[in-house]
Amino acid sequence: MVALPGVDPSWSTYLDVPSTSAADRPGTSHRWHYLDNGADLDTDAVQGTLLCVHGNPTWSYLWRTYLAAGRAAGWRVLAVDQLEMGYSERTGVFRRLGDRITDLEDFVAAVGLTGPVVTVGHDWGGVVSLGYANRNRENLAGVILTNTAIHQDPERPIPAPLRLALAPGVHGLGTRTTSAFLDVTLALARPALAPDVRRAFRDPYRTAADRQGIAHFVSDIPADPAHPSYPALTATAEGIRSLDVPVLMMWGPHDPIFSDPYLEDLAQRLPSADIHRFERASHLVQEDADTASTAMQWLAERLVGHPAPAADAPSADDTPYVPLGQRLTDLAAGPDAARTAVAEMTASGPPRTLSWRELADDVAAVAAGLTALGYGPGSRVSLLVPPGVDLTVLIYACLRIGAVIVVADAGLGARGLSRAVKGSAPDVVIGIERALVAARAFGWPGRRISAAPLPAAAARALRVEASLNDLRAARPAGIPAPPEADADAAILFTSGSTGPAKGVVYTHRQLSAMRDAVAATLGLGEGASLVAGFAPFALLGPALGATSVTPAMDVTAPRTLTAQALADAAAAIDATVVFASPAALRNVLATEGELTDAGRTALRRISLLLSAGAPIPVPLLEAVQDLVPSAALHTPYGMTESLLVADIDLADIHRAATDARDGLDGAGGGVCVGVPVHGARVAVSPLDAGGAATGEPTTTPGLTGEILVEAPHVKDRYFRLWRTQQDSTRTPPWHRAGDVGHFDAAGRLWVEGRLGHIITAASGVLTPVALEQALETIDGVRLAALVGTGPAGTQAVVAVLETATAGRRPALADAELAEAARAAALAHGVDLAAVVAAPALPVDIRHNAKIDRTRIAQWSGRFLAGTRAGSL
Amino acid sequence: MTVLVTGASGMLGRAVVGHLLAAGEEVRCLQRRPSGVSGAQDVLGSITDPGVVATAVQDCRAVIHLAAKVSFTGAPAEFDSINIDGTRILLDAARSAGVTDVVHVSSPSVAHDGSSLVGAPAGPADPAHARGDYARTKAEAELLALARSTASFRVAAIRPHIVWGPGDTQLVERVIERARHGRLPLLDGGTALIDTTYVDNAASAIVACLRRMDAAQGQALVVTNGEPRPIAELLAGICRAGGVEPPAWSVPGALARGAGSVIERAWLRLGRTDEPPMTRFLAEQLSTAHWFDQRHTRAVLDWRPSVSVDEGLERLAAYYR
Repeated sequence: MVALPGVDPSWSTYLDVPSTSAADRPGTSHRWHYLDNGADLDTDAVQGTLLCVHGNPTWSYLWRTYLAAGRAAGWRVLAVDQLEMGYSERTGVFRRLGDRITDLEDFVAAVGLTGPVVTVGHDWGGVVSLGYANRNRENLAGVILTNTAIHQDPERPIPAPLRLALAPGVHGLGTRTTSAFLDVTLALARPALAPDVRRAFRDPYRTAADRQGIAHFVSDIPADPAHPSYPALTATAEGIRSLDVPVLMMWGPHDPIFSDPYLEDLAQRLPSADIHRFERASHLVQEDADTASTAMQWLAERLVGHPAPAADAPSADDTPYVPLGQRLTDLAAGPDAARTAVAEMTASGPPRTLSWRELADDVAAVAAGLTALGYGPGSRVSLLVPPGVDLTVLIYACLRIGAVIVVADAGLGARGLSRAVKGSAPDVVIGIERALVAARAFGWPGRRISAAPLPAAAARALRVEASLNDLRAARPAGIPAPPEADADAAILFTSGSTGPAKGVVYTHRQLSAMRDAVAATLGLGEGASLVAGFAPFALLGPALGATSVTPAMDVTAPRTLTAQALADAAAAIDATVVFASPAALRNVLATEGELTDAGRTALRRISLLLSAGAPIPVPLLEAVQDLVPSAALHTPYGMTESLLVADIDLADIHRAATDARDGLDGAGGGVCVGVPVHGARVAVSPLDAGGAATGEPTTTPGLTGEILVEAPHVKDRYFRLWRTQQDSTRTPPWHRAGDVGHFDAAGRLWVEGRLGHIITAASGVLTPVALEQALETIDGVRLAALVGTGPAGTQAVVAVLETATAGRRPALADAELAEAARAAALAHGVDLAAVVAAPALPVDIRHNAKIDRTRIAQWSGRFLAGTRAGSL
Repeated sequence: MTVLVTGASGMLGRAVVGHLLAAGEEVRCLQRRPSGVSGAQDVLGSITDPGVVATAVQDCRAVIHLAAKVSFTGAPAEFDSINIDGTRILLDAARSAGVTDVVHVSSPSVAHDGSSLVGAPAGPADPAHARGDYARTKAEAELLALARSTASFRVAAIRPHIVWGPGDTQLVERVIERARHGRLPLLDGGTALIDTTYVDNAASAIVACLRRMDAAQGQALVVTNGEPRPIAELLAGICRAGGVEPPAWSVPGALARGAGSVIERAWLRLGRTDEPPMTRFLAEQLSTAHWFDQRHTRAVLDWRPSVSVDEGLERLAAYYR
């Protein structure tokens, strides 16, 4: 083997292996090539062996990062070149799947492995390695799988690229005669492979004869049950259901071949597997993402290769658990059954309302309909229905039968939403027509149910099996027993303002805890009536026993809520509580002039208004106060992973500002979000000199660190993001929120920005929010972003200011503005390298409030390096 | 014992002498014209004249070597002679005379090839890729100087980046002159961040280096104000200080770089000795980012700049009033 990037030449080893395969004559031996880091390791300290099997058309080179990572972590890594592949022998025999599993057994016997073995496979190597694992369980300590498939649903066509590669006339030409199959596979890497790495992958496959194995591999794909390798595949696919070792699946979802449905199939066969989807990665996930270090972290975390620790008796959670839908059921059976439970305002015509009795009946009917269609505990139901009566019914029906609701917001944009839905692998998508059109266009998995009845032709075209009304009409025998408290209840997607949206899993117990936190923090319960202008909290209405109404607005665009629509909704149920987002409140103020007298009166009755979803500027809140003079204005702080962390009202915001002026220890330097809510503990993990949050959790005033939360209503885990979950819980029992902030001496939390937006200047670590607030007080500045450019530790600090007078494109600020900004920064001890004026800053789609500082930093880097900056 | 300063008649040289005198050092200056600094002893002559140099280093403890041919144009042999041979002659003489410490004043351009520098470290001098004869010969000189460094004959290189201040003829005067005649364009809007060094900071860093030779010897340290600014802002600041309108027109950087190459060649062919209106090197300097990581320098020298960019501009304005 020639010298190749990333490979220590001493790893390359050859071995003659006697074959017991039926494909060979007795007494045959074959020369195998493999990479082995064993010689680098201290034999006494070896944890075990990773047996890595590549797929088609790669070779052991694919695992080079595992050999290096294994050397550091004490794992022997043995990566084979399968026969006919890489630098192993070309035997001249067509080796089918069954032969290849036997070949691997022969190899392991010849190399003489002792101690724990973890099989690691990719592509068809995943199948071969699983075949080996299934039959050799004695020393098997774990299984790692990357973009592979173990089962081809006879109902589904095999992936189009493979179909093409198998087509007569294409197959030999594409796989053997030319290197097309090889080239296409290597071109799947995201980002593209470096030229020397690409050359390394191609090196053993330079001639047509070298590529015979590639052609055979492709024709050995068991596309249907008549295929000779189908029995071997099925034996493995069914056999692994009884595997009882830890399993890790690492996936590149952009794979055009082994896409999410294949991951889902494996997840169902191996339900306790840990899964991490590397959102931006494709088929060659080892090349696209850092899977090697994730594998090592997993081996350590799961104690793979060590005797299983005596399982702790599951600590019985003795907090009483009341299902989320309990009050709904109780009220429907009580004296208030005829009172309004939910209402939905319509653009014209009377509101649609359901009493508690009607709501409970409708929930039961839809639950029964879903059961009749075969959904039950653990089914994932993607709900793409705007907030309102139908969504409320669907949510409580799903929870009742133990189905897991998947909620991703159209505010993610079409592509973000599509990524989220595909990644959550729903069994069924229930949506409005627009969502179902997207489901067809983007090829979302799962069956489809429409929220509203569709004309037969449209239903057929969209592959819609039933409508919500059909579900209601079904009259089946019964519905399953209520789900366990600790079963999964919901997957909520983050807003995606910091990278791809993440699925956040809540159990039933955690959802109930969320309801209790809202009830206790805001004093909401039975008899309350609320306007639900902000989705996540709105859905809690029936759970709280409160009457709720959805205002007439496009909920995917909060800024469409008008003052009159808000007032009408409030009047419809005599509401005293309003939930809304800052963007919605901005528009309410902008349309205040259109309010009728009756509308004004309705708003004057509001006693509690809650602004959630994004930070709200104090002047805006003060203007809102004029509109709802009797209301306490609350701005809770939270995130998808813990909807409520801290809470503050306007009066306390003013008090906090006074404390900051008076020099109270820790007061100032960020956005004050108040004190932890009922049931929550909050601390910070202080930042070190490099800006990493490594400190011990503390609430010492003035110490800046990553915000940590512990509460019964914090998420259970991230969905199929094992590593992200590990990182977020690496300091038990805390959830690491990814925001930075500090406490003041009065116990209030001040948020200073995102951990990922920290600037590391030569003068020290800098968080953005406090100085941004100061910059926003400069005349003419509407919005400010503070970012760093240049190498970590010596970044130049840049202020990008949205001003009314900026030109069409961002430019250096004029002397006056630059001077004002520099003076403001200097008062914070910060030297601004540059001040840029821009007509608009990029903000999140959902709230138009969260500044995309990552993007601004990248843009600033280009702008200030004298290269083409492009648009901001 | 005395400190010899070569090239003391320039703006930076005079400042260095001033700092040394203020620190109570005896100072001798070597340059072709009288330094005009009171309190220092002058030796007149060329750095390329071994006899003059040997006289100048007599009884000196330390040498600060600033003398150099600094220009965007000129005959390559002249750069070789002054910048390379002159440095070698000085080092030979200094070692023979028992000098223990030499601060060789160099330039960040010795390590860079014209691409953007963003928070960059000093990097090794690289004559093969340096842009133009000045940078090439300064790179050679720095390499040979640092190669001589030993425990008993300690040599360190200080590379101040774009030194400016009152009395500066290299940058300040040219900027103001060109702006006055409307011949100072911004390149690409002048958004590239560049580091500069106010003259007193460069001088104090050089003097600090003499104190810290134990840590600094054998090293090349870039010195700046540590306040990178968009070039348009710096040029505007200098223009305002000089009482002229800042440039308000911009040309594409690529165009200026191309034009610079052409003009440079034309000047050479015509044998002109005046400064051309644009050179490729100047165009690169005006259109790409040039700023540096100062953490290592500050730690080694135990030094901080004492005059900020803004304060420097005020002093410049006072000078022109």
